[in-house]
Amino acid sequence: MSKRDAAERILDFLEVDEGLSEVNAVLEATRCMECVRPACVKGCPVNIDIPGFISAIAKQDFKKAAEIIKSDNMLPAICGRVCPQETQCEGKCVLGVKEKPVRIGALERFIADWERKNEIVTPKTKKPTGKRIAVVGSGPAGITAAAELSRSGHSVTIFESLHAPGGVLTYGIPSFRLPKDIVKTEIDQVLSLGAELKLNHIVGRSVSVDNFLAYDAVFLGTGAGLPSFMGIEGENLNGVYSANEFLTRVNLMHADRFPDYDTPVLKGQKVAVVGGGNVAMDSARVARRMGAEVYLIYRRREEDLPAREAEVANAVEEGISFYCCANPVRIIGGPSVTGIECVRMNMGVLDESKRPCPVPMTGDDAKFTLDVDVVVEAIGQSPNPLLVSLIPSLKRGKRGNVIVDENGQTSIPNVFAGGDIATGAATVIEAMGNAKKASSAINEYLNQ
Amino acid sequence: MAYKIEKASEIADNIFEFWIKAPHVSKNAQAGQFVVIRIDEKGERIPLTISAAKDDLIRIVFMAVGKTTKFLSSLKEGESVLDVAGPLGQPGELKKWGNCVLIGGGVGIACLPILAKALKEQGNQVTGIIGARNENLLLLSDELEQDCDELVICTDDGSRGFHGFPADILKKKLEDEKIDCVWIIGPAIMMKITSMATIPSKTKTFVSLNPIMVDGTGMCGSCRVSVGGETKFACVDGPEFDAHLVDWDELMNRQRIYPSQEKESLDNFNEHHHHCRCGEHHHE
Ligand SMILES: Cc1cc2nc3c(=O)[nH]c(=O)nc-3n(C[C@H](O)[C@H](O)[C@H](O)COP(=O)(O)OP(=O)(O)OC[C@H]3O[C@@H](n4cnc5c(N)ncnc54)[C@H](O)[C@@H]3O)c2cc1C
Ligand SMILES: Cc1cc2nc3c(=O)[nH]c(=O)nc-3n(C[C@H](O)[C@H](O)[C@H](O)COP(=O)(O)OP(=O)(O)OC[C@H]3O[C@@H](n4cnc5c(N)ncnc54)[C@H](O)[C@@H]3O)c2cc1C
Ligand code: SF4
Ligand code: FES
Repeated sequence: MSKRDAAERILDFLEVDEGLSEVNAVLEATRCMECVRPACVKGCPVNIDIPGFISAIAKQDFKKAAEIIKSDNMLPAICGRVCPQETQCEGKCVLGVKEKPVRIGALERFIADWERKNEIVTPKTKKPTGKRIAVVGSGPAGITAAAELSRSGHSVTIFESLHAPGGVLTYGIPSFRLPKDIVKTEIDQVLSLGAELKLNHIVGRSVSVDNFLAYDAVFLGTGAGLPSFMGIEGENLNGVYSANEFLTRVNLMHADRFPDYDTPVLKGQKVAVVGGGNVAMDSARVARRMGAEVYLIYRRREEDLPAREAEVANAVEEGISFYCCANPVRIIGGPSVTGIECVRMNMGVLDESKRPCPVPMTGDDAKFTLDVDVVVEAIGQSPNPLLVSLIPSLKRGKRGNVIVDENGQTSIPNVFAGGDIATGAATVIEAMGNAKKASSAINEYLNQ
Repeated sequence: MAYKIEKASEIADNIFEFWIKAPHVSKNAQAGQFVVIRIDEKGERIPLTISAAKDDLIRIVFMAVGKTTKFLSSLKEGESVLDVAGPLGQPGELKKWGNCVLIGGGVGIACLPILAKALKEQGNQVTGIIGARNENLLLLSDELEQDCDELVICTDDGSRGFHGFPADILKKKLEDEKIDCVWIIGPAIMMKITSMATIPSKTKTFVSLNPIMVDGTGMCGSCRVSVGGETKFACVDGPEFDAHLVDWDELMNRQRIYPSQEKESLDNFNEHHHHCRCGEHHHE
């Protein structure tokens, strides 16, 4: 896929990847061997008929390709952009052994973009069942559950506490990776299946727990929205943000366009981002686009960065300086941030994740300080406790996640859950996969 | 979906009372909780305490200090705001304490009626003490007269009631009678100083903290405050906390993260709003 030049793209928030042209999409599609037992499908958490849609592209029947994808995935333009295909479908593709795997993600995105510009495909819905279902949260999990359950003929109400739907797709992932009009179009399509969306409704507060448990069935997709902090000195100085706050101010509230939009954000001349996942890459690249010099501080080696390889490469191209094998120990300043003190890390024995365990170095030259005026902590989130803590009978795990069985059913019979609230911070497509499973389990439960 | 302003009036100098139609909030609101409001597409999300709830309506009382509250104050009855989310925050600890004292400073007075009513319902004896710089900044005194068993009015300049601070009255009361619980709601500096009065007697004292918020649902961490050495999120763990455990200096610092942006925003608004007045009423 072609990308815009780094020098140009750090000046705006427009999309970085440009997508496949029609010619290249068809060419790429013809590489697929249409395996009888397609490994790629097994790698896909929502089991899209991958060879099916690719063969339609090869025959230039784009509408059919869209229909095939849409019957399993109502958010293809989103998934085509943000799914970690390299470890899922593409990671399993048999062509990957000898040459390169088929670029399934790029093809999915091509079809979704074609569909949006040409002819929207809306899957059929079953006749009304008269059952009322509440979906809490409008992130990928909630939206997918709403789509599946609407298609099954139930009357679905989605409750969302923010003023815009989409969850992390809207407030977290920046528009240069996932344009917001695309998120809106795909969510609108799901709503066109009949679900009602109630924004500004916090379940547990705007809707009492009793009222909400009184629905025939309930799907919880409240995500992993609670940011973690490192617990080091200086963390509450002015200029220290959680990645969630920093990204929300920019993505949801458009603080990059202050004062045209009212919400401010400290742009920073020099910004330190702590962490090495997708959230850290996104924060760093957002700060870069607002004009800062950006340092990314990560405690393990560069090859251990948990972010997608492509996003790390993008960040490097955009001029972000990586400080790997380093960990912050103190944030300096008062009342505002002036620097961050870090300790270098030695790589110890391999841990469960098969990555070396970082151990702080000792001695005088083990520490170094970076002069920065903004610090963004992107070190992880845990499940949002607001609602679940109000339902004591809902069984939860050590990390606060809601415990579900393999069908997504919780310890309360009519309550199902999926996405980050159940798994802890994971991926868009896993959240969607969970939601699909839970939706069929809800159907079974309602038919009993 | 927009939320209609059913009633709007200026009830004290630069302090406004709005009744807004938001049934999802009014039906569930309890004392101590707040809403987050966004006026329009480009607006900031700002937290405001729920001062009363009746049928489908909630009351907010706010002082026009910066861009968003000034803009809000310029809206007329019948107009709407784009978003009202709530009720947010933990309800106050509403139980039978015995003898309760509620102290309101400035616009913080607006939080007291709903609290006084709830505490009365629990069978408490409720004394209200309200203070403002001068009598033009006092609000809701008639209503509080009804809601409290006793109401003491203070002004810094002596223009009405007792000449002095609510803290002076509180100290005197603590000497004279047994007080079981105190609420103090107002500007941070006023809460800090007033709550010092209850330290010697270790009287349980709640304050309602007002750090800068974004989502108000525990997702961003903007509102973090240190209470008893622990980091708490005011929007979900609070906003009410034990006054004697709050790190006040940190709170006040964090309230001043964006002074230059606040000024720029307000200057822009004033300039634009000035133009608007000559022509048609509109808001952008
Ligand atoms: C910055 C960032 C970048 C990421 N990049 C990628 C990526 O490239 N690829 C990828 O696959 N994954 C990525 N992820 C992870 C992915 O976004 C999440 O795994 C996914 O969004 C989880 O979906 P969800 O529906 O479970 O929760 P969320 O997306 O978190 O949505 C939950 C929703 O529920 C709402 N809610 C919470 N409580 C309530 C309540 N009580 N009442 C009503 N509503 C409520 C919230 O406001 C929110 O809108 C990224 C995450 C972040 C933060
Ligand atoms: C839980 C809570 C309840 C509140 N209840 C009331 C109330 O009932 N009546 C009332 O008049 N005020 C209340 N406030 C304060 C009110 O939110 C701020 O005055 C308002 O946000 C200012 O916005 P502005 O754009 O007009 O002013 P700005 O020019 O932006 O700021 C003026 C001052 O307000 C504070 N402030 C700015 N932005 C925010 C924000 N997003 N969140 C919180 N504080 C901010 C800052 O300390 C700042 O110095 C409450 C605050 C909190 C946290
Ligand atoms: S595994 Fe690769 S080649 Fe086989 S069907 Fe899937 S995409 Fe095509
Ligand atoms: S305002 Fe975002 S966590 Fe409290």
